[in-house]
Amino acid sequence: MSIPNDPLATSRPETAVVQLEGVGLRYGDAPEVLRDIDLTLPKGSFHFLTGASGAGKSSLLKLLYLAARPTRGTARLFGRTVSALGSQDLPLMRRRIGVVFQEFRLLDHLTAFDNAALPLRIAGGRARDYAADVAELLTWVGLRDRMDAYPPTLSGGEKQRLAIARAVMARPELIIADEPTGSVDQDMAVRLMRLFVELNRLGATVVIATHDNALARQSGRPVLRLDRGRLMREA
Amino acid sequence: MRIPRLSLDLPWMRGSGRRPGPLLPLEDARSAALIFVMAALAFLACMAAMGASAGGRAAEGWARDLRGEATVQVRPRADETPAAAAARAAETLGGVPGVEEAAVLERERAEALLRPWLGEAILEDLPIPQLVTVRLTEAAPADARALNRALAEAGLDAVVDDHGRWLADVERAARVAGLIALMVFLLTAAAAGAAVVFATRAGLEARRDVIEILSLSGATDRTVAGVFQRRFALAAGLAGLYGAVAAAGVAALMRLAGGSDGFTPALPLAWSDLLLVSPCPLVAASLGAVAARWTTLRLLKGMA
Repeated sequence: MSIPNDPLATSRPETAVVQLEGVGLRYGDAPEVLRDIDLTLPKGSFHFLTGASGAGKSSLLKLLYLAARPTRGTARLFGRTVSALGSQDLPLMRRRIGVVFQEFRLLDHLTAFDNAALPLRIAGGRARDYAADVAELLTWVGLRDRMDAYPPTLSGGEKQRLAIARAVMARPELIIADEPTGSVDQDMAVRLMRLFVELNRLGATVVIATHDNALARQSGRPVLRLDRGRLMREA
Repeated sequence: MRIPRLSLDLPWMRGSGRRPGPLLPLEDARSAALIFVMAALAFLACMAAMGASAGGRAAEGWARDLRGEATVQVRPRADETPAAAAARAAETLGGVPGVEEAAVLERERAEALLRPWLGEAILEDLPIPQLVTVRLTEAAPADARALNRALAEAGLDAVVDDHGRWLADVERAARVAGLIALMVFLLTAAAAGAAVVFATRAGLEARRDVIEILSLSGATDRTVAGVFQRRFALAAGLAGLYGAVAAAGVAALMRLAGGSDGFTPALPLAWSDLLLVSPCPLVAASLGAVAARWTTLRLLKGMA
């Protein structure tokens, strides 16, 4: 699969969206799952994150979407130190981030339409204002006829597309996707990647975690590789 | 917030009139259990309120009766028959301001009062004191001192019993009954609040996935708390309505069965007592909202 490239996306951005310095993360008393991570993601960059199972990809992504805080080191998102964020700051920061979870994490009691609209709704949008945008994006990801369906009735691929639609719905500045094309066919994978590239072209910073090393290599985008909690390479 | 057009223009979608679904699932077994428990508590609270009102009315009636009457025991002088002394006392007391009527209690009536306690046999030989019953005006009743003064000025030796001791007992009993009703109400309110707190905690735990997604999508704690607050306010309000209607129904049946006494002389239910249940749904909803909001914010703070 080849990913459409855009010269704008590879131009050197001016400011860092993510800055990690000497970051470590552990859960409880367990050994560190992330160790001495130094990472800078400039604004408008597009990175792949690879690594074997258990290498710490999900933990690193959790740090990036503010579901966890580093147990040591310094993490800055959008120029603000994460450890200094108050409970009032977190929601506003999270609204600038769109996340595609590997396990989708859709809300089963909401329709596909309402799932996709969730970030807009939480940000205070009114249904009549966002209805057209949500419908358009769902149509774009191939869910035009499934807008009123509930997640349990969707196929794996449909769920994944819906999860992606939800993540990008509010035009986040930082898009984090964990295996976003793992459940879709090749054509749809290309189509979804094109969506990420399009959003990246419009200014979003994108991080995509994948097991598919070939996909990462062929993309021509920088690849970050995690190995047993350490960031081995930033190309 | 709008995203730029990507590729399609779908004007037919505009103004589609979609209503967003609830952020928490509607169907929930815990809600049914909570509504049942809260309805039962609301029922008890309403019954306590109506019971307190009726009990208060009974006490007030008894107190009014006691306040409106006095009994005078006349001791005749050596040169005067008991009947004459009693008649003179009645005449004297009838002229005292604040007295509506004063009448000698005939021996037959006094015996009739004593018969249930003493039986028939000894009544004839029993020296029954000469009593004068005094009915006092409702607006400005004469007190025992005024009655005593009037009797003394008329040269009568008499003892006035204004039922003050009984009145104090009745008033004290009424206060205690009122306090007990208030305690029952507060206890049921506290139990209802606790039920909401437990249900909210269970709801938060059961819907942790929903809460996490809401939080990661940028929902503030207040937004999440608002979701739970609305849900539990609605459930509690509904429970309050069920409890109030049930209590009003039971009270209405008691009132109908009780006839003119209300229910019993000790619990004279009035139709107006049924109105006391009307604030119950609102009070229950407010209680549910406050308890759910407080619990959610507290738990979310712990999760952060």
